[in-house]
Amino acid sequence: MTREIAVVAFAQTDHRRTSDELSEVEMLLPVLHEVLDRTGLRTSDIGFTCSGSSDYLAGRAFSFTMALDGVGAWPPISESHVEMDGAWALYEAWTKLLTGDADTALVYAYGKSSPGSVRDVLTRQLDPYYVAPLWPDSVALAALQAQALIDAGETDEPALAAVAARSRADAGANSRAQLRGSVPHGDYLVRPLRTGDCPPIGDGAAAVILAAGERARQLCERPAWIRGIDHRIEAHSLGVRDLTDSPSTRLAAEKAGAFARPVDCAELHAPFTSQEVVLRKALRLGDEVRVNPSGGALAANPIMAAGLIRLGEAAAAIHRGESDRALAHATSGPCLQQNLVAVLEGDPR
Amino acid sequence: MSKEPVAVVGVGQTKHVAARRDVSIAGLVREAAGRALDDAELTWADIDAVVIGKAPDFFEGVMMPELYLADALGAVGKPMLRVHTAGSVGGSTALVAANLVAARVHGTVLTLAFEKQSESNAMWGLSLPVPFQQPLLAGAGGFFAPHVRAYMRRTGAPDTVGSLVAYKDRRNALKNPYAHLHEHDITLEKVQASPMLWDPIRYSETCPSSDGACAMILTDRTGAARAPHPPAWMHGGAMRSEPTLFAGKDFVSPQAGKDCAADVYHQAGITDPRRQIDAVEMYVPFSWYEPMWLENLGFADEGEGWKLTESGVTELDGDLPVNPSGGVLSTNPIGASGMIRFAEAALQVRGRAGEHQVDGARRALGHAYGGGSQFFSMWLVGAEPPAT
Repeated sequence: MTREIAVVAFAQTDHRRTSDELSEVEMLLPVLHEVLDRTGLRTSDIGFTCSGSSDYLAGRAFSFTMALDGVGAWPPISESHVEMDGAWALYEAWTKLLTGDADTALVYAYGKSSPGSVRDVLTRQLDPYYVAPLWPDSVALAALQAQALIDAGETDEPALAAVAARSRADAGANSRAQLRGSVPHGDYLVRPLRTGDCPPIGDGAAAVILAAGERARQLCERPAWIRGIDHRIEAHSLGVRDLTDSPSTRLAAEKAGAFARPVDCAELHAPFTSQEVVLRKALRLGDEVRVNPSGGALAANPIMAAGLIRLGEAAAAIHRGESDRALAHATSGPCLQQNLVAVLEGDPR
Repeated sequence: MSKEPVAVVGVGQTKHVAARRDVSIAGLVREAAGRALDDAELTWADIDAVVIGKAPDFFEGVMMPELYLADALGAVGKPMLRVHTAGSVGGSTALVAANLVAARVHGTVLTLAFEKQSESNAMWGLSLPVPFQQPLLAGAGGFFAPHVRAYMRRTGAPDTVGSLVAYKDRRNALKNPYAHLHEHDITLEKVQASPMLWDPIRYSETCPSSDGACAMILTDRTGAARAPHPPAWMHGGAMRSEPTLFAGKDFVSPQAGKDCAADVYHQAGITDPRRQIDAVEMYVPFSWYEPMWLENLGFADEGEGWKLTESGVTELDGDLPVNPSGGVLSTNPIGASGMIRFAEAALQVRGRAGEHQVDGARRALGHAYGGGSQFFSMWLVGAEPPAT
């Protein structure tokens, strides 16, 4: 029999364009306090801790070691770190809880994009021999994908603009979001993408607490049970991929059981409007599903944390009783190369 | 629910060298993975998931290189995880992979760690100045030398103990075809006459900078039953972390290391590590860390570790051989070094360590540490399946 594991608490920063006055650990500390306060747990009560962040954003090696000061790892803790979005840190923590080695886990992620030019920084993710030397930036690659979608008749520019407008309007109800309400769609950044089709650049952090079985029920009135979670990666070279589709998302969703029953809500990690079109198709989400009620990554996109925030927002919707079965998605790499899908459910009301 | 037992059925390494100019990063990792698959007599199609680890991305200048390596590691359409826990990462990566099997999420997992340090300069990659933070000095040696000195003061160990470790490990490396340094003309006098780098650490008591990769195939009981060669069984595994700097931190024998070892021994039913463990692959980047970790891991009482080294107990033919492979002192692709320790421990209990095989090794410990002596990962593997 498999252990039941749930997200029992979620917290995040106010996402902002810059946070010059704060170090990573100073940005993270209040979020850790908040997520622990929601459950009444202290660091010493946590069975396993796992985080996600990137040295390339921080501009220094071993940047995650300082963040550990915010956790208060004394006496020593059982702890691990992925150089990935925090959604994958949550996945590692989920497997740890499945083994029975721990009953609770603290998962956090943070990223400060403001100190550098993030479009340039992300080019360092590309094939270092054949692609990275050309410095194709993240917006340009997303624009290739958007144009492929338009050429295939899957969307058009007004439809993309509508995705942007809906996301930021919904973010009006999310006090943490960076871009909220009416935001001008702007000029072309890289054709066919306008500034409004692209995510804001900003700094932020997020944390969740996982708990198993009865522990989850003690810590949370309505735990968000992880019914399934899976992640898959695709080929790196854009030339061998169909950019209008996301087979890795579809496969992860199948493995996570997403297609067994309809979801009522989905938090998709789609930093570009065009990527929501790809993901909706791969995940077979109809118009009846509320997509990104938080505003999604188009409203706040702290790199390395934005995927974990999708899981946190989906779980929080269940905690609040606004959703009974939610899908959460996270992505990494150029043009949705790697994707994670989780299905969360609340107990019947 | 009990955990699924985890078996190591394949191990592969590259020949570690200063610079592999003949292969790309993808070529390097694929070589190690291919050898691990060959050892297990499996193909890429048999692998359910890939867990990869390496130390800072600055060492190769590629951000999150697992994205680019997905194709080379046959991961397309599969789950791929990337672990980074500083120097302990090779060990942590293996433990994350082992958990996927133990939790019955996957049946067979490829885990791999690498570093291609010739792509940059590791020492300066570790020394980027960070505003408003204490500088780490020039490279890791500058950070660790004062802690070695503290150990010497505390224990009254003779100055020569470090050179004995280096002399032993470099001779062991001559029996390991994959080791980076093969110093056929090594003598104790040469070690002791080598230039002082970070007092009291001499040039020959320091790890090299290597290009290399190490891979393992981890599987469940069903997979182990099909394996062509004897598997190594995981009897215990743990990670522990503590902050870099704080009042009261013991850099000589960190609490996180003690706690991690105690957890592993508890899982494996080890009550007397000195007697019950037949071989140890420990992370010794600077010679003096052998006696320091002997104490931290409970093989010797506090202040007594250097006596084991001095009396030859840790030699290949001693009764507690430490680093029969030649260790980190002979091979150091940083991100892979922890996994090499874990893999070499597995090779010992599988009886497949070749010329550096410890006769009759039934239980072996793999150990890794990183950061400012703050991240620890260890596993204990045995020739027999764990009692469940």
